[in-house]
Amino acid sequence: MIDWLHPSVLLMLGILPLVWLHGRLRQIWQIALPALVLVVITTLDAGTRINLEFMGLELTPLRIDKLSLVFAYVIGLILIIGNIFALQVEDRAQHIAAGLYGASALGVVLAGDLITLYVFWEIMMIASVWLIWRRKTQVAYEAGMRYLLVHALGGMLLFVGVIGYYLATGSVAFEKINVDGWAFWLILVAFLINAAVPPLHAWLPDAYPEATVTGTVFLSALTTKTAVYTLMRGYPGLELLLWLGVAMTLYGVIYATLINDIRRLLSYHIISQVGYMVAGVGMGTALALNGTAAHAFTHILYKALLLMGAGAVLHMTGRSRMSDLGGLYRYMPITFLLYMVGALSISAFPLFSGFVSKTMIVEAAAVDYRGVVYLLMLLAACGTFLSTGLKLPYFTFFGKDSGLRPKEAPLNMRVAMGIAAALCFLIGIFPGTLYAILPFPVDYNAYTLSHLLKELQLLFFVGLGFVVVIRYAGGKDYIGLDVDWLYRGPGRRLAIRARDMIAEANHDIRAEFMRVLGRLQSRMGKAHFDGSLLRTWATGSMALWTALVLALVLVLNLGA
Amino acid sequence: MSRTAKILEYLVAKRRVLGIAALAFMAGLVIVDWLKEPAYSRFFWDGIGGFAAIYGFLACLVILGVAKALGYWLVYRKRDYYARYGEATDD
Repeated sequence: MIDWLHPSVLLMLGILPLVWLHGRLRQIWQIALPALVLVVITTLDAGTRINLEFMGLELTPLRIDKLSLVFAYVIGLILIIGNIFALQVEDRAQHIAAGLYGASALGVVLAGDLITLYVFWEIMMIASVWLIWRRKTQVAYEAGMRYLLVHALGGMLLFVGVIGYYLATGSVAFEKINVDGWAFWLILVAFLINAAVPPLHAWLPDAYPEATVTGTVFLSALTTKTAVYTLMRGYPGLELLLWLGVAMTLYGVIYATLINDIRRLLSYHIISQVGYMVAGVGMGTALALNGTAAHAFTHILYKALLLMGAGAVLHMTGRSRMSDLGGLYRYMPITFLLYMVGALSISAFPLFSGFVSKTMIVEAAAVDYRGVVYLLMLLAACGTFLSTGLKLPYFTFFGKDSGLRPKEAPLNMRVAMGIAAALCFLIGIFPGTLYAILPFPVDYNAYTLSHLLKELQLLFFVGLGFVVVIRYAGGKDYIGLDVDWLYRGPGRRLAIRARDMIAEANHDIRAEFMRVLGRLQSRMGKAHFDGSLLRTWATGSMALWTALVLALVLVLNLGA
Repeated sequence: MSRTAKILEYLVAKRRVLGIAALAFMAGLVIVDWLKEPAYSRFFWDGIGGFAAIYGFLACLVILGVAKALGYWLVYRKRDYYARYGEATDD
């Protein structure tokens, strides 16, 4: 047991050698390091804490309990998988950014106080933006800048919220946020921004598809899921979250169905799937919270797998628009099959991971007799299978032949996808292993005849619907405007106009000031030369002015 | 072409047979759901055999319809749309 060793600190120190290591050594260290971190995480027992006092504040940089452990395990896992996927990338800035990003995400889920949480929250933002910028295109740079601005705003809200929380409670311990007033809402909004809850979500589908092929894997796993963790910790049972979550599931699914870029489509599905988790937090029952934790775990793995599949296609063909792809199954069959494991997992197909986690949240809604929530969640589940399990793979790997003849993705990419796929399978077949690490004791069996019948009917008949309307389902060569239009379009114009007006006003005021100054100077010069400044004053007028000034002082003093 | 690709190609060639098998399987699912005692009585649809099948089929059409309608009426724009606001485009 290594109680004193904080996994985030280990990871942060461990990425330093990446500055000078290169070649095979760099590759070995890149996998060994997250593996070591995962081993350290597995040695941590629930109940472990590191407390320290800093400027009169009681900080807890490490707090281990069952909830933080579920997230820490899966972050450790995805860091290994993501690094294997990125082995061939010769860009140390990206590897360091990914390591720092992972370390700070771990820091967030292991933080026992809001100050530590805030510090790691901000490091997460600063590290992750480099995974976008290292795509080295102007489009990526601009998307990254927007990403940074949105998260900087979120960070600021969190900071002010934490101050308010401290002022109200006298504590910075991160437990359920039990405080009335603005601090409660500021912290909530900051968490909701990172969880990509509409209308605060647009940064995600804007930035993630512009990130590097390998960077998107880390991005998809960490920011939104750490936010889900913070919501679970801080706001369980907040009814508002249930409805926001349900709206999210459908919002993400509808947009995913109309979008053409395959990585953007999958980004919208992050919003949709996180919606299930947010809804689970909103329900707040033991079953719902277990479902949320389980779904966060499975989601990180299958979403990474899906984005690795789409990333492999982009890496090998240079294209990511569905309308430019097609017929790739002959050339990238392994990528296709591994992608399909992810697609069936996200669609909650029996024997795949999503089936044992997503159905848990849906079941939690049913147990609470929330019929509308239940039906809307099923609707979103159908949409998920439609776009991720049918539309994307059909128009990318089958459909019309695009004439592309790519090679299969590099071995390390296939290995990374293979590990993620194996985990999706294993969790789907042996859910008990996952259920054992959930925050509450699990009393749920996904594999009942009734669940199987419901899920199989649902998915197979979505398939039938897809076959019926397939000619209308293909990707259209358009982009889909989202709420980021407000700050990319009119908002940007408004900001530029305001900036120009301020600059112009600044210029005019300075010019006027200089003109007045010049005039004054010339008048003074004239007065100096004509001797008017040197003339004598009559004693009577001096006495009058003195009397006036004294009277004024008297009046003002009397008024005060 | 790799062996995996050949297997996939064989399956694609047999898509008609696979389609019929899938339809038969789906019919079987609905029949079993119809015949078996409902496991729950939490909602009125728990007692309707094949409810999930109808719901899944309609959900597919509704989602596709809503998405396309939203696209064409409101949010679809040309790829270089944001260039008018001074953004770079990847073309």
